[in-house]
Amino acid sequence: MIELDVTKSHVLHQWKADSPLIACRFSPTGDHCVSTSQDNRLQRWNIADGQKVVLEGHESWVHALTFNKTGDQLISGGCEGRLIWWSILEAQPKAIRSVEAHAGWIRGVEISPDGGMLVSVGNDQVIRLWKTDTGEKLHEWPAHERHIYSAAFHPDGQHLLTGDLLGKICVWKLSDRTLVRTLDAATLYSPNKGQNAEFGGVRSLAISPNGNEVYAAGTHKGSNPFGAVHEPLLLRFNWADGALTKSHVCDGIPGGLLYRAAALNDATLTAVSGGSSGGILLFFNATQEKEFHRAGLPSLARDMDIHPAKGLVATAHFDQHLRISALFA
Amino acid sequence: MSNRARYACGSMDHALSRRRFLGASGLLGASGILGGVASLPSKVAGAIPKNDYRVVVFNMHGGLSQLESWDPKPSTNTGGPFRAIATSVPGIHISELLPKTAKQMHHLCLLRGVNTAEDDHGKGAYMMLTGRRQTPAAEYPQVGSVAAKMLHDDQTGLPGHIIITPGGGGGRGNEAAYLGPKFNSIHLGGDKPPQNSNKPDAIAQEAEERRHLLRRKINEQYLSQRRSAITDAYTHSYEQALKLMERREVFDVSKEPQAAQDKYGNSELGRQCLVARRLLENGVSFVQITHSNYDTHNDNFNFHIEQVGEFDLAYATFIEDLAERGMLEKTLVVVLSEFGRTPNINLYYGRDHWSKAWSVAMAGAKIVPGAAFGQTNKEGTEVVDGQVDHGDIFHTILRGVGVDSSQSLIVDGRELPIADPAAEPIWKVLV
Repeated sequence: MIELDVTKSHVLHQWKADSPLIACRFSPTGDHCVSTSQDNRLQRWNIADGQKVVLEGHESWVHALTFNKTGDQLISGGCEGRLIWWSILEAQPKAIRSVEAHAGWIRGVEISPDGGMLVSVGNDQVIRLWKTDTGEKLHEWPAHERHIYSAAFHPDGQHLLTGDLLGKICVWKLSDRTLVRTLDAATLYSPNKGQNAEFGGVRSLAISPNGNEVYAAGTHKGSNPFGAVHEPLLLRFNWADGALTKSHVCDGIPGGLLYRAAALNDATLTAVSGGSSGGILLFFNATQEKEFHRAGLPSLARDMDIHPAKGLVATAHFDQHLRISALFA
Repeated sequence: MSNRARYACGSMDHALSRRRFLGASGLLGASGILGGVASLPSKVAGAIPKNDYRVVVFNMHGGLSQLESWDPKPSTNTGGPFRAIATSVPGIHISELLPKTAKQMHHLCLLRGVNTAEDDHGKGAYMMLTGRRQTPAAEYPQVGSVAAKMLHDDQTGLPGHIIITPGGGGGRGNEAAYLGPKFNSIHLGGDKPPQNSNKPDAIAQEAEERRHLLRRKINEQYLSQRRSAITDAYTHSYEQALKLMERREVFDVSKEPQAAQDKYGNSELGRQCLVARRLLENGVSFVQITHSNYDTHNDNFNFHIEQVGEFDLAYATFIEDLAERGMLEKTLVVVLSEFGRTPNINLYYGRDHWSKAWSVAMAGAKIVPGAAFGQTNKEGTEVVDGQVDHGDIFHTILRGVGVDSSQSLIVDGRELPIADPAAEPIWKVLV
C-alpha cells in the first residue's frame, strides 16, 4: 500500500503527443492512461514505459472519457456528438461501437457505480443513459435549460448529479428520473453583459467516496471572460441537505480555472487549475478554506485524473504532454 | 453593469468612441474640420442620382472567427472542434455553427481572401467602415454616411443612416467627416425606438405646434443673418427629429405579426433585424447592426457557440425574409468585423486577433449570389488566392448598390474621392 503524501508530489513521467492535449483518464488498473488532443485523436499510454498507441475515429475534439468497470473498454464522447466504445486493451484498439448520441458537444460521460450504466451529457441539454455493455439507450430526458457541463453518479447507485453553465446542479433519482433537488452553484457562473458573454459553469462534479460530500469546480470573478480574467473556485456541498459548506478560493492564481476536481479519498480533494497562471495541482481538505498544498506543473493543464491506489495523478497539457505525477515521496 | 462592450485586450477604442460621441453632441462643431479637410457644403461632381438601393452592415464587434463561420478548416491543427457543413450551394461549406445560414448560401457571396494587415480593434474597424487607413491628415466618412448621402431620399421622413447597437442611447454618431453632420448616424439602443421620440403626454398637440412655430420663426430671423453649415445642421436635426417622431411606429417590432417575430427568434439581435427590415421598407438607406462581442481570446469555442448560434437564426431569417419580399435585389447585406481571429488556438482555447487571412460575407443587390471568392491555405494562415482588402471591399459595397465608387466629391473646391483610388471594386463578385 502506497503511503500518500501530496506535499511531496512530483512529476514522474512526461510523454509528448502530436497536438495540444484536452483530456485524460486512467484505466481502472492504472496500467494505462488515455488522453485526447486537438487533432481529434486519442492516445493510449502505457504507464510502465510510456509506449503510445493512437486511436482515430472522432471527427472532432473529445472532452469526455470513461472506462468500463473491468477496464477493457473505453468510452469517449466527442464534440460531434458521437459516443465510441473502444477495445482499449488490444494492441491496436478498435472502435467496437459508435453511436450518434447527442446534437452537438458531449461534455461528460460517466460509468455508474455498478458499471451497468453509462451517462452522457452535453450541449443539447439532454441526459442520456446507456447500457454499458450493449450501447442500448435506456432513458433520455431534457434536463437543463443550458449546456450541461458535467455529470457524476452518487456512490449510493441511486442518484445522478448533473451541472450546467448557469451553475445549477440537479440531483436526479435514477429509478424514475425525477428531480430530487437542486444545488446552487451559481457563483461558478459569470455572465458579462458588456461582452454579451455567458461564462463559467460547473466544469467538474465530484463526490467523496463515502458519498457525504459533493464538489463543484470551475471559476468565478469573471470580470473579463474574453481576456481570461477570472479565478478558480471549488464549492463543497453537504449531500444530506444540499447545503453549501465551503467555498474554496485560491489566492494568487489570476486567470485560473479549475478544469477538474476529484476526491483522492474522503479527506482530500484534488483539483487542477489551468489558465494564464499555468498548470497547478491543488489539494483541499474540509477544514481549510484555501488549499493546504499546491504544486506547480511545467505547463498549462486542461484536465486531470487520479489513481488513488497507485498514488498517481495524470494531467493533460497544452504543450502536448501527458504528465504523470506521484503523490508520494 | 455597463452595457458598453469591453474588449478583452483592454483596448481604448470605446473610450475613443465616447469622446467622438461627446464631440458629436457638442454638435457637429468639430465635424467637417478634421485633418484639414474642410467643412460643408459639399457637392458631388455632377448630380447624385438617388436610387432605391439599401445597405445593411452586420458589424461583428470584436472580431468574428472566420474558422468558426465562413472559412472552416476542420481536422487541421487550426480547425478547432467544429465541423464544416454543406450549404445550398454545392461545393461551398461553412461552419456547423451556421446551419440556417447554410440554407441561404445561394444568396450569399463569401470573400475568403481578406487581408487588412491591421490587428488593432479601433484601426481595423476604421478601415473596414471607411475603406481607408487611419491617418492624422484626414478623416474619412464611414460607409453609412456615404450610403446616406448617395442613396437616401429625405422625403421618407426618416434618417438615412441608422446604427443599432447594444447600449446605444438615441444619440447621434460622428461618422460623416467632411460629408457633414446631416449624414451622421442616429443610434438606436438595442431594439428600442429612439429615446425621447414620443411627445410627452403633458404637452398638448396644439401647444406642441405653437412651440415649433416659435422655434422656426426665431430660427429664420437668426439664419437670415448668420446662416452656416452648423446652423443648417441644427435645423436639419430638429426637422428630422420631428419627422422621426411622426414615424415612430416604424421602429416598433410589436407591429409585426407574431409569426414574423417568432421567426426572427427571441433575441435582441432577432428583434434588431426585424427593426432593420422595417426601416429598409420605409426608405432608410443604411442600417448597421452591431452584434457583440467576438473578442474571444479565452474560451473561443464556447463563446462562438453562443454568439454565432444567436447570429445564425437572426441573420438567416433576415436574408430569407428580404429575399421572399423581393427586397434582396435592392439591398446589399454585408457581414464584417474589424479583423478575424488567429488560426492558432492559444493556451486558453482562445483565438487572438488576425487580419492576414479572414472573411467577409455579402449578399444581395449587385453581388454575385451563391459564390465564394478567394481562398486561404490548408490551415487558414494565409491568403493564397483572391486577396482583397478594406479598400477593395469599400469600393465593392458602393458598386454593389449602383454607386460609381470612382467618383469624387467637391468639398470647398477640393476633389475628394469617395473611395480610396488605390483600391478598386472586386469586379468578380459584382454582376
